[in-house]
Amino acid sequence: MIIYGVALLSACLVAGMLIGEGLGIVLGVEANVGGVGIAMLFLVLACNSERFTALTEGAAGSGVKFWSAMYIPIVVAMAAQQNVAAAVDGGVLAITAGVAAVAVSFALVPALSKIGTGAEPAEDREESAP
Amino acid sequence: MMDMLETVFIRNNLVVAFAVVGVTIWLSYLLANKLTAGRIHGSAIAIAVGLLAAWYGGVATGGSRGVADFALLSGIGLMGGGMMRDFAIVATAFGAQLSELKKAGLAGVISIFAGVIVSFVVGAAVAVAFGYTDPTEITTIGAGAVTYIVGPVTGEAIGASDAMITLSVAAGLVKSILVMIGTPLVARFIGLNNPQSAMVFGGLMGTTSGVAAGLAATDPKLVPYGAMTATFYTGVGCLLGPSILFFIVDWMF
Repeated sequence: MIIYGVALLSACLVAGMLIGEGLGIVLGVEANVGGVGIAMLFLVLACNSERFTALTEGAAGSGVKFWSAMYIPIVVAMAAQQNVAAAVDGGVLAITAGVAAVAVSFALVPALSKIGTGAEPAEDREESAP
Repeated sequence: MMDMLETVFIRNNLVVAFAVVGVTIWLSYLLANKLTAGRIHGSAIAIAVGLLAAWYGGVATGGSRGVADFALLSGIGLMGGGMMRDFAIVATAFGAQLSELKKAGLAGVISIFAGVIVSFVVGAAVAVAFGYTDPTEITTIGAGAVTYIVGPVTGEAIGASDAMITLSVAAGLVKSILVMIGTPLVARFIGLNNPQSAMVFGGLMGTTSGVAAGLAATDPKLVPYGAMTATFYTGVGCLLGPSILFFIVDWMF
């Protein structure tokens, strides 16, 4: 039954959001703390657990796969309803941030590729924000 | 006649949105194949088209919800709203095998966390350099530099303004397109010619479409290795962005 998979997906999202919301209250911040990430973690755990095979395989699985395949279309719709007109002024910031992130990440590939093959990388990666 | 059209479109707005987005994606993939020979992935063009349309919508209607402010396209707001977005992102975690992570090994796992943190720090630093001082805004731009989806997820979770969320989508899109185009050009210089470095590359870049398209243009054999780690990247980003990374920024500013 397709709905079983969709229900599993929904349950993961609701559970993750509740935990995220709860964490926000506990930590005293007005935010949903990592809700989506927690929900993804739940779904990965469910996929990898024997107990949930009835909800993740066969027709039930296609219920989740459908929504996974709808990801890009939904992102396109998300892009189309952004407040771009108000954000245009910050365009240079957006481009700079994107370009800089790619440049630094490219540069790190050789260093991290060495992990596990002998040589230790020298760069520190856990430095805190700016 | 116009009345009838309007009635039908508005009453079925979500269904109209599916059709409109479908046509947009079809056209974008066509453009991607014809004009860029597949070098830029169709999805990136479709997202760029979406942002352009949203700009036009905002200018034409004076509203804040892009094309969703046109009554006939109001369903786009529903389809691209927070609820459907989160639902679809979580669904992408389906099928991720934890055993794949083991195969990726220590370097793969480190690269995923390093990739998210480094991109975030760089994006946040750029925001600070541009004079932003509000932790919510800095975090949202940093998250956008992670991917175009971690940006809005984080921004919305911590209550950023819609202009900042839009900028984060744009930053993520720039990153994604740059990875697609730049990967084959820099592959030689960063040693991107074996499964191990492809896995590290996927984890560091994370933008799934960018990694897949970039590696395909470099060496199609490397795509599955890059995709293996990139799959986990968005999840880690959605987990760290609106939590630890936000707290660190909040504590600093």
